[in-house]
Amino acid sequence: MTPTPRALRILEIVSLLLFAAAVWMVFFYSPLEAVMGAVQKVFYFHVANAWVGMLGFIAAGVSGIIYLRTKDLKWDIVEVAAVEISLVFFFIAIVTGSIWAYPAWNTWWTWDPRLTTAAILELIYIAYMLLRQGIEDPERRARFGAVYTLIGGLSVPLTFMSIRLFRTIHPVVVGGANAAAQGGFDMTPKMLQSMLFSIAVFSVIFITLFWHRIRIGNLAQTVEQLKLKLTQ
Amino acid sequence: MSNTTTHRRTSLGFGSFFRAVGAIAWKDLAAELRSRELLSAMLVFAMLVILIFNFALELDVKTRATITSGVLWVTFAFAGTLGLNRSMAVEKDRGCLDGLLLAPVDRSAIYFGKVISNLAFMLIVEAVVLPVYSILYNTNLFSIGLIGVILLGSIGYVAVGTLLSSMAVQTRTRDVMLPILLFPVIVPVLVAAVKASSGVLQGLPMDEILPWLNLLVVYDVIFTAIAFMVFDYVVEE
Repeated sequence: MTPTPRALRILEIVSLLLFAAAVWMVFFYSPLEAVMGAVQKVFYFHVANAWVGMLGFIAAGVSGIIYLRTKDLKWDIVEVAAVEISLVFFFIAIVTGSIWAYPAWNTWWTWDPRLTTAAILELIYIAYMLLRQGIEDPERRARFGAVYTLIGGLSVPLTFMSIRLFRTIHPVVVGGANAAAQGGFDMTPKMLQSMLFSIAVFSVIFITLFWHRIRIGNLAQTVEQLKLKLTQ
Repeated sequence: MSNTTTHRRTSLGFGSFFRAVGAIAWKDLAAELRSRELLSAMLVFAMLVILIFNFALELDVKTRATITSGVLWVTFAFAGTLGLNRSMAVEKDRGCLDGLLLAPVDRSAIYFGKVISNLAFMLIVEAVVLPVYSILYNTNLFSIGLIGVILLGSIGYVAVGTLLSSMAVQTRTRDVMLPILLFPVIVPVLVAAVKASSGVLQGLPMDEILPWLNLLVVYDVIFTAIAFMVFDYVVEE
């Protein structure tokens, strides 16, 4: 087992400090939203979480393609690391969205294109984890995982389009078309800064976790190989 | 391994590729014609789903007008999973898949052969369900438009379903794996097919149905192409 690299140690501390700074910015730097009040504060981390979630799923799709081209199990480790972390971040994004939606829309959930697509995306990657669990051979697991991230990643934009089409043709009964009624708001510069800062901070946190998870993946692979050696 | 595949690809022309596809599809259809186990299971299951819907949703005249297409597509999707799972499991269990893989044909010929036979099974089920539904609920479901929508929707469903079912049968949890893998990625097809079918059934003007048909065609093209490209990775040993 290799010791934690120095850079990773530093990155851990940096992300901790940045996170504290982001929390401070959200609560004290950014102004209180006029209409929604304090609940709007959840928005900064909500966007950041969703962003990181998407980032991870894209990273997973790309490493899936690279795996299929190179057949190097290293990329499979990267892929599963990205999916696992993104599953959690995306779930947090959905939950924080719900927390915001209840006071803003007066409902925890609505079948809006983004919400529905988010839920389906989450389900696709849960299915991905289940698929991997059912396969013992690491090489086959990697191949199937890569193929499924590809299929899943391609279907998501189409799902979004189909649901948006569904909603635009369907008359909007509850909540008119104007953005303010749906909980939209104009951002002041300070709000925008807080949001962008949160996104940057969560990206750093993502990289830290990603690195850790890849290291765990490498260790798991070593353990698997040692086990195989024992049984032979 | 990859050398031999590329060699096969270059040495065989289009004619023999289509012959191989036809042979595989025909093998499935002939086997089914003799045993009839797959089709009968799918049909009985489809009927049961409709029966359950009848009680679960109280399909009276007023509700029926708006949700017929939904009921039909849920029935097709469920019966389809049954068929896809079985058709791949048979190959796996009796070692037929290994035999097919040893055959000197392009792997994608196996994929397209399976797609054609799976599509045939699904269309047969749909061809039985439609008139039965029409009789049971005293409506007329026969129109060129609806048949076109069903064809487009089934192609997308089977194109992805065949690929994923050949993955699912190779996992430990294979009996439950296929619907979990298939349903989240098939959402665009189901949404588009349901909306297009109900548009046709309600006699909406063509320009309201066209976006859905476009979406179905786009899905079919993209996913047939992708499945064609990655099928090699799914069956290789």
